[in-house]
Amino acid sequence: MINKIVQSMADAMAGIQDGSVVLIGGFGAVGQPNALVDGLIEQGARDLTVAVNNAGVGRVGLARLMDLGRVRRVICSFPRSSDPVVFESLYRAGKIELELVPQGTLAERMHAAGAGIPAFFTKTAAGTLLAAGKEIREFEGETYVMEKALHGDVALVEAWQADRWGNLTYKQSGRNFNPVMAMASRLTIVQSQHMVELGDIPPENVHTPGIFVDRVLHVPYGDPSGF
Amino acid sequence: MSATASTTEFRALTRPQMAARLARDIPEGWYVNLGIGIPTQVADHVPLDREVIFHSENGVLGMGPAPAEDKIEPWLINAGKQYVTLRKGGSYVHHADSFAMIRGGHLDLCVLGGFQVAENGDLANWATSENDMAPAVGGAMDLAAGAKRLWVLMDHTTKDGTPKIVHRCSYPLTAVGTTRRVYTNLATLDITERGFVVLDMAPGLTFENLQARTDAPLHR
Repeated sequence: MINKIVQSMADAMAGIQDGSVVLIGGFGAVGQPNALVDGLIEQGARDLTVAVNNAGVGRVGLARLMDLGRVRRVICSFPRSSDPVVFESLYRAGKIELELVPQGTLAERMHAAGAGIPAFFTKTAAGTLLAAGKEIREFEGETYVMEKALHGDVALVEAWQADRWGNLTYKQSGRNFNPVMAMASRLTIVQSQHMVELGDIPPENVHTPGIFVDRVLHVPYGDPSGF
Repeated sequence: MSATASTTEFRALTRPQMAARLARDIPEGWYVNLGIGIPTQVADHVPLDREVIFHSENGVLGMGPAPAEDKIEPWLINAGKQYVTLRKGGSYVHHADSFAMIRGGHLDLCVLGGFQVAENGDLANWATSENDMAPAVGGAMDLAAGAKRLWVLMDHTTKDGTPKIVHRCSYPLTAVGTTRRVYTNLATLDITERGFVVLDMAPGLTFENLQARTDAPLHR
């Protein structure tokens, strides 16, 4: 019997290596797998590359992971937030690398990774500083930038419902980066607000099918807060 | 150019008036993304019986106005991370699909704020050269390059009177040559083969006065 449900945070985090590329879902606080980020802090992996839309708020969660010196590099579209104190001080001090990526390119690089597409061309960023060093091609008179797939070793995902096969739903705008990160990683770890029986999610309404999911931990934490 | 160069009496548009001016030009049926800042206010000036479908890049299509305090849905936010509502007929998608709507040319209009707009249609709105903070781009480059048309909504000059409507942008570009129209507190300007063409001006403002506040030739 397939059962991707794990009973403890330690089981959820087992085997994450130093030097991993970790994809972390969420847009601001919505859809952000806070418990799993705290689990990663406990687990201890270091020298991480983190791909995430926003580079942490205050001194908790991702900001704390960075504050502990465990993140070498951040790949993100919008490092600023309401309170990006940790990232900005590390960045100014040259203690963390930033790869700034347009938001759609960030999503599509992971989507491509999940779909076995090594690179693609996009108009986004053509003629700008963010195209520096990248291959440029013309198609039908328009200029395009080559962007490479972004694979994760680990994805940390937040879902609304999950079953033992790892089928997932997301709540409202909590979906955001989570599905493409689940697709793009070798090991996809999910925290879910609700656990449901196999078959309870109508097949037409499965947002992420279990083929993209490895582990599910039940974390009924309530509503997101803290942007 | 100093702010005292002209004492001619005119009434610059307020922020709500700027948003309302732009909103008048959005027809029923368009799919529209509004950027963070003044552009977000445009939605408040589109009457609900004119069906314009607002897109938010975090995966919301058919976004409605802010909820009443007691009707907040903690999982439903816009790109500015403010609570919003979903209109009947709205839908949620993941980020790659949301940006496929943008990058695939499915949006009829994107409205962004700006630091500078040039007469060749270049937009600079994400970084200034003297900015020592960590740079942030968000979805601006995707929106500026991908939507069917890009309108910019911004003040005509900086607070100290430096023109933001320019011959060529000096700040790092967001996108090359994609801006079609600029709505400012002083005028509405189309970007054409000839450069900036003035469509209308703030009440009491003369063409010469507008030109004096602009760092590119204006055409009537």
